[in-house]
Amino acid sequence: MADDTAPPAPPPFVGPLSDKDRIFTNVHGFQDWGIDAAIKRGDWDNTKKLMEIGQDAIIDIIKASNLRGRGGAGFPTGMKWSFMPKESKDGRPSFLVINADESEPGSCKDREIIRHDPHKLIEGALIAGFAMRARAAYIYIRGEFIYEAKVLFAAVEQAYAKGFIGKNACGSGYDFDVFVHRGAGAYICGEETAQIESIEGKKGQPRLKPPFPAGAGLYGCPTTVNNVESIAVSPTILRRGAAWFNSFGREGNRGTKLFQISGHVNKPCVVEESMSIPFRELIDRHCGGIRGGWDNLLAVIPGGSSVPLVPAREIMDAPMDFDGLKALGSGLGTAAVIVMDKSTDIVRAISRLSYFYKHESCGQCTPCREGTGWMWRVMERLRTGDADLSEIDMLHQVTKQVEGHTICALGDAAAWPIQGLIKHFRPEIERRINENKDSAPVMEAAE
Amino acid sequence: MADAVHIPDEAETRARWGAFEWTAENAEQAKTVIARYPAGRQQSAVMPLLDLAQRQVAAETQTNGWLPVPVMEYIGRQLDMPYMRVYEVATFYTMYNLAPVGRYHVQVCGTTPCMLRGSDDVFSACKNKGLVKGGTTPDGLFTLTEVECLGACANAPMVQINDDNYEDLTYDSMSAILETLASGGQPKIGPQIDRQTSAPEGGPTTLKEMVTDNHDYRGDWA
Repeated sequence: MADDTAPPAPPPFVGPLSDKDRIFTNVHGFQDWGIDAAIKRGDWDNTKKLMEIGQDAIIDIIKASNLRGRGGAGFPTGMKWSFMPKESKDGRPSFLVINADESEPGSCKDREIIRHDPHKLIEGALIAGFAMRARAAYIYIRGEFIYEAKVLFAAVEQAYAKGFIGKNACGSGYDFDVFVHRGAGAYICGEETAQIESIEGKKGQPRLKPPFPAGAGLYGCPTTVNNVESIAVSPTILRRGAAWFNSFGREGNRGTKLFQISGHVNKPCVVEESMSIPFRELIDRHCGGIRGGWDNLLAVIPGGSSVPLVPAREIMDAPMDFDGLKALGSGLGTAAVIVMDKSTDIVRAISRLSYFYKHESCGQCTPCREGTGWMWRVMERLRTGDADLSEIDMLHQVTKQVEGHTICALGDAAAWPIQGLIKHFRPEIERRINENKDSAPVMEAAE
Repeated sequence: MADAVHIPDEAETRARWGAFEWTAENAEQAKTVIARYPAGRQQSAVMPLLDLAQRQVAAETQTNGWLPVPVMEYIGRQLDMPYMRVYEVATFYTMYNLAPVGRYHVQVCGTTPCMLRGSDDVFSACKNKGLVKGGTTPDGLFTLTEVECLGACANAPMVQINDDNYEDLTYDSMSAILETLASGGQPKIGPQIDRQTSAPEGGPTTLKEMVTDNHDYRGDWA
């Protein structure tokens, strides 16, 4: 009900974030990742008290914080936790799987959390695992993170040695184990059911849903798969309260977020900022601006390779959050911001992504297995202009036939960058085809 | 871009690797790995054991290692898995080498974020040192592979050589790294420019207290 006397709601806070509100204070690794240094920074600070809040109350706080999953899809984390069974009717244990298979081109945030602030993740694993009544957490770290995995194994050992995890974790009376499982180089294992298959010692091929992992996941037991960042922020949310987390970003896009900026900015970096920070502010404040100035900006892929690109004029002042980028026909994804200036061969940049998806398709569904290779080959011809104008529409039509016709979202992810390219850079593709035609040798008619 | 590997002759492989077994140290390690998974779910250990085996082969051959068929069969027997299930896993994941590689496995990332920052120059540097994509140099020192995104995009372009990342590369720094390795040295790991991990070049824009001090920000919490 409207109350005429109430003051209008203040505009949402959209940055810049002050240091005291940053969760990952050691994100750049200036200080030791070890447990003693982490405790001095505030990790493992009376975790038992956090657990005494109670399992359902923890889930309620996470729900109230409006934390949306940081792995790309943006599903509300608290709601995901609440899908787990409250008691085991048939003796099956529950599992938490933490997705550290960071392989989305552009993404490099989980790496920083794991190698510089691993105890935030392990403490979060305990809190989340406790709240969803899980027996153990498996952290699935991508195989190529060799140094990061070493740190993580050592950090888990430190936490066991202190009694923070294992039997009677933190003196709470709750038993909880944390295991680390290394991948071996497969992008698709970032998909939750493929990840479960991989932990079970199989090829990482996604499963059909239903059954959903919360019903039958790892080893057929109820399982929740969460991104590293979603888990690692949860202890701080409990300590500072849902209202604190809600004070950043626009409605429906609350909280702080690790942004990873790569490509043609003067100083690429990983930085934690408020959700909904305007693109221009993010780049100017932390990345030293666009290479060659703002007039030199061509396009941006704002959320990792799977989301469509956004041309310069649309993104410049856009809020960097789930809904703001969705309104531009793209998405926040993992907040992996790939910036491209006017020196970029934009068709080649997208074609290289098509090659990536061709390489990473697991081969299970025909539209993806065959389609990704086909799309890449056509993209390569569009790159050189060795194509017919009608093939642009044909390519677009094929992307539509791949999208939504596969078990997992890799087919969609392969289709969207191409659709974004055609939508925004069709004249560039046409120019290449026309120029190639003009320069082709003209066949003379025989006398 | 990766081509199909040429898997070595089976008779030769069997003669060389038929008697493969864990070293005492790795046998212990294998037990620790299997204990991470519930009883009866030992198949979960196949990926870590394949990695362990590849590392043992690496140590025995003074290369970056690979997985001969008898080694995969050995792991299958230990985990009570059909060989074909092990082989499926070994062929699905890119980090398992199905053919021998050189002393240094040079894995240059060529995906778009690295491409935008100059991975072409990194490949040129490799080419000028005689490295060919998908091949090993005649002296057995370097194998060059173009890999997909290795997750260090804010430090692009980058290369992973054996277990180490070298980041923020240029043509010159990549050439220098290859020269150092060829002469038996160890290049500086991580960013090759003046930069702390993924902080902006020239110093961080945030959390500056952390540079010199393990600062506790809780005192500033309102």
